[in-house]
Amino acid sequence: MKEPTAAPAIELRGIDKRFGNVHANRSIDLRVAHGTVHGIVGENGAGKSTLMSILYGFYQADDGEILINGRPTVVRNSAAAIAAGIGMVHQHFMLVETFSVLENVVLGAEGGALLAPGKARARTELAHLAREYALEVDIDATVGDLPVGQQQRVEILKALYRGAEILVLDEPTGALTPPEADHLFRILRLLRDQGKTIILITHKLREIMAVTDVVSVMRQGAMVAHRRTAETSMEELAELMVGRKVLLRVEKTPARPGREVLRVEHLRVADGYGVERVKDVSLSVHAGEIVGIAGVSGNGQSELLEAIAGIRPLADGRVVLNGQPVATRRRGSDPRKLRHLGLAHVPEDRHRMGLILPFEACESAILGYQDDPRFNIGPFLDYRTIVADTAVKMGAFDVRPSDPHLRTASFSGGNQQKIVLAREIEHDPDVLLVGQPTRGVDIGAIEAIHRRLIAMRDAGKAVLLVSVELDEIHMLADRILVMSNGSIVGEVAGDAVDEGQLGLMMAGIAPAASAAGAGTMP
Amino acid sequence: MSKRMFLAAIIVILATPVTSMAVAADIQPAIVYDLGGKFDKSFNEGVFDGASAFKKNTGIEYRDFEIQNDSQREQALRNFARRGNDPILAVGFSQAAAVEKVAKEFPTIHFAIIDSMVNQPNVQSIVFKEQEGSFVVGVLASMAAKSGKIGFVGGMDIPLIRRFACGYIQGARYANANVEVFQNMTGTTGAAWSDPVKGGELAKSQFDRGADVVYHAAGGTGIGVLQAAADANKLGIGVDSNQNHLHPGKVLTSMLKRVDVATQQTFMEARAGTWKPGLKVLGLKENGVGWALDENNKALITPTMKAAADKATADIAAGTIQVHDYMADNHCPTK
Amino acid sequence: MTPAAARELPRWATAGLLPVLNLTAAFVVSGLVVLVIGEDPLKVVRLLVWGAFGFEEAIGYTLYYATSFIFTGLAVAVAFHCGLFNIGGEGQAYIGGLGVALVCLNLDGLPFWLLAPLAIAGGALFGAAWAYVPAYLQAYRGSHVVITTIMFNFIASATMVYLLVNVMIQPGQMQPESRAFSADARMPFMHQALAGIGIDLAASPLNLSFVWALICCLLFWLFIWHTRAGYALRAVGANPTAAIYAGISPARQTMIAMLISGALAGCLGLNELMGVQHRLLLEFTGGYGFVGIAVALMGRGHPLGIVLAAILFGALYQGGAELSFELPRITRDMVVVIQGLIILFAGALEFMFLPLLTRWLIRV
Repeated sequence: MKEPTAAPAIELRGIDKRFGNVHANRSIDLRVAHGTVHGIVGENGAGKSTLMSILYGFYQADDGEILINGRPTVVRNSAAAIAAGIGMVHQHFMLVETFSVLENVVLGAEGGALLAPGKARARTELAHLAREYALEVDIDATVGDLPVGQQQRVEILKALYRGAEILVLDEPTGALTPPEADHLFRILRLLRDQGKTIILITHKLREIMAVTDVVSVMRQGAMVAHRRTAETSMEELAELMVGRKVLLRVEKTPARPGREVLRVEHLRVADGYGVERVKDVSLSVHAGEIVGIAGVSGNGQSELLEAIAGIRPLADGRVVLNGQPVATRRRGSDPRKLRHLGLAHVPEDRHRMGLILPFEACESAILGYQDDPRFNIGPFLDYRTIVADTAVKMGAFDVRPSDPHLRTASFSGGNQQKIVLAREIEHDPDVLLVGQPTRGVDIGAIEAIHRRLIAMRDAGKAVLLVSVELDEIHMLADRILVMSNGSIVGEVAGDAVDEGQLGLMMAGIAPAASAAGAGTMP
Repeated sequence: MSKRMFLAAIIVILATPVTSMAVAADIQPAIVYDLGGKFDKSFNEGVFDGASAFKKNTGIEYRDFEIQNDSQREQALRNFARRGNDPILAVGFSQAAAVEKVAKEFPTIHFAIIDSMVNQPNVQSIVFKEQEGSFVVGVLASMAAKSGKIGFVGGMDIPLIRRFACGYIQGARYANANVEVFQNMTGTTGAAWSDPVKGGELAKSQFDRGADVVYHAAGGTGIGVLQAAADANKLGIGVDSNQNHLHPGKVLTSMLKRVDVATQQTFMEARAGTWKPGLKVLGLKENGVGWALDENNKALITPTMKAAADKATADIAAGTIQVHDYMADNHCPTK
Repeated sequence: MTPAAARELPRWATAGLLPVLNLTAAFVVSGLVVLVIGEDPLKVVRLLVWGAFGFEEAIGYTLYYATSFIFTGLAVAVAFHCGLFNIGGEGQAYIGGLGVALVCLNLDGLPFWLLAPLAIAGGALFGAAWAYVPAYLQAYRGSHVVITTIMFNFIASATMVYLLVNVMIQPGQMQPESRAFSADARMPFMHQALAGIGIDLAASPLNLSFVWALICCLLFWLFIWHTRAGYALRAVGANPTAAIYAGISPARQTMIAMLISGALAGCLGLNELMGVQHRLLLEFTGGYGFVGIAVALMGRGHPLGIVLAAILFGALYQGGAELSFELPRITRDMVVVIQGLIILFAGALEFMFLPLLTRWLIRV
């Protein structure tokens, strides 16, 4: 590691930013030393992304100043940021999928009206960069054909090609398999050792501990603490983020599985383009157990969950609920009927599917149960009952603010998720399908949600959990099925497996694939 | 206002020695145009021209109004009547119901309507025998067509336009019993009055099928018909006003419908106190319709043709030729 | 559909202040145009307001126009709530008018109290039927409803011309229109109806259809926000994926929304034909179906807003007519320009002032 020079690479002084009533950044001070990996953690809405957007010139701060290498700098737009040596790798890649890697890299930096000379220059430069930083990628491949991990490398190459000395990465591991994430961290360490400065924004404390030198914690728009990573712990960081003590692990007793409640047989699901996303999956879930499906995002878990929930048509196979076949290839199911049969579903994406954001909370709180006679008087909805019922659910799940008439969109992510959970759990189903229950949810709320799911299990319900957060699967699941490329590639007990082995299975290089679901079939 | 009254007074003094006529000279005529609007290059504009000529000749101001929708007809007529405008001229057959209603409400005010009949003691109904004028241009077209094929392009497909077509065919057959007539309507909506491109294409297809002369009764759409005739080096026939000058030597003649004359006439009658209610049918005999002969087309009209047209005109006026009116029974005897 | 910034503002600002700002901007620009042609803008505004509200007959005309706009505005709004853009109000109203006329012409032996509901049913049924095909194509075949409804406007227009020119016309009649409805088959004028209970009003085309329009507003409000069916319809409009999740079929809701939309548009014939013209004639819809889009937008899909917006447009129509009567230099084309500017500012540029307003409100 190079010795940090006197002036920090980046210094923010008193950065302040408001959006309407929201005070997104409150007088933020931050010093990022040269040649370090500096982590920034905080809950959703803590202001991390706003701060980085100001640094990159997407927003202008209302107050405060930015110093780059000790010089006060005004970053009016992203071009100015690039000129100042800042490179940004966004959570959602800014790549043209139909272009080659080379074309993406030179896009916006072609250096003239003719492409050929710029491309030739870029080719040699890229070869050099790739060697130096272990950023191997086929520069003539079409970006859309590359795996996610390699697309991310293209983003990093883009920034470096533009001469970035300071690299900002926003939630870079969201879509990566554990081996890909490890590779990324290797690259980051290499970059740091070559004297680059790296800012890593994440909500995963494990990554902070693994790769950063220094970590800053944000809460509710303010910078609440700076720590040397070596001198802190995950528990301390979590407490700093939330503002109170947090249990990262929820205790649970061993499962006592009962009768089989949900069985899936040889399920196949095709997407809208006819591509098979779920390939011959069989599984079963018993009363009183949580079955977790682990896998990297996009390996068919979402489609599997939606097919069981009756939202997607089956290409083949069948679903049996409480011994009764509810969906086959010929006879698709419908979510309304499944709810009557005791199946509840917390969808992966609450914004897209679980809630209707422009509706009042009480209206979102009956979504899917709008036909329930309890909520109806003749053709009319009984709003008095609906509002009262919502208020009760809000109390039980500690939804804040507990105002049934507030627009759904006005709640924070965690509280929105609690509304969905309250709706599905309070209906007392036999089977609960849960997708990404804590995605975008504050750490404080995660604990409460996890407790609820375990309580469901202990009440003798069957829970099928899909999550891309390995920690979550580990913590909650009694059995873990690993899904890769549309198939279940292995099954392990919830407490028996180490993460390295799981990671390999998720990447499809499973050693123990022989166990695939066999034990669970009748 | 005082200036206008002063002016009117002078006109009275200069123009009419009889003092009893002074009241009549104070007329305040008003016009309610049809949906097409004042400057439609056709029917409504003819009325506007007549009114302008009246104003120029007499110095009497008039008021006018362009309606925007059907329910404004009544409103506009009533507004004028309430303000004491007299006579009030309603342009177009669509106004009939409104005129009938408002005329009942204001029995002392004089109303006139062009192109329709309203049976009220204070309404003058002015209609034209378009079939007669069309008959004569049909005779001319038939004689000018060496191929023995002629065409007709109508605007919107309504009975009135079929009346034009029917008279035209009768005239053509009268001159040449074997003549072949192509007939097209531009459309079924109001847009058919202002689609010169489509008019041109319809005419072109008729020329392609061998027609030598094409007659249009299609308002603004007809501009395209006449253009197509000029482009194809064939002949067109204009309508309503004299359109011979549009393409000199390429417009055989124009079927004249003298709404301007009718407008001026009814205003003058009101002024002179000779205005009478009831039906006023303007045919060939009354010079309400006719055909145009000027220096632009005199080379095209041979003496034989002129003689035939004149004879037809005289026979129709005398009643020896009866031109069937399509609108009498919604049927044309000649196909 | 509303930009993110709108969510930060209080309701009175987005629903009250913003439309007023838009209207003001439209009037300022119109004022400039008026200045250019050499009239006094203030005088024009005075005449416009006087012409629309200055005397009983004027108010009657204004409300008569508003009645038509309420029907077409509600029609557009109900489709909006389901996420559909029904441009076909014009054609649905046209065919709906045919339904009204058929009832009035064929069943005119019946007493009015029996005939009126039948005429409403006729208009609604025919209007809904005309919306059915575009709705079906959207719901089950994925053809975009904007395109198909526009096409159906043309087909409606051509069909009506054919019927009136060839079938329903009275022989010997110049005008392509049906015979007049008999006295029993006419919607009583408001001044007649109220004279019966001793209230004296100036004669105007305002008729009892206005009452039906207000009842429709109430039914609309109940349906959209208080019934299970309205909930399902709004769910599809706000988030079709979530609707599928909830077991609500977007295709089915598309059908329902479009049929109701067509039925509401079809009621236009009650006001125009049964109420005023007393016969079926060509193009009686007069573009009201398209004005309904602006009315629904300005009214934010809420019946109260739609009534207010409909009265605004009614006032523009009536006041505009009086205006061009008083000032011959303000031709009907000028009036159309002013109407167009209001539609432009209130509809297309709906959120133009939003950033400005947001900044300003935050500072205060």
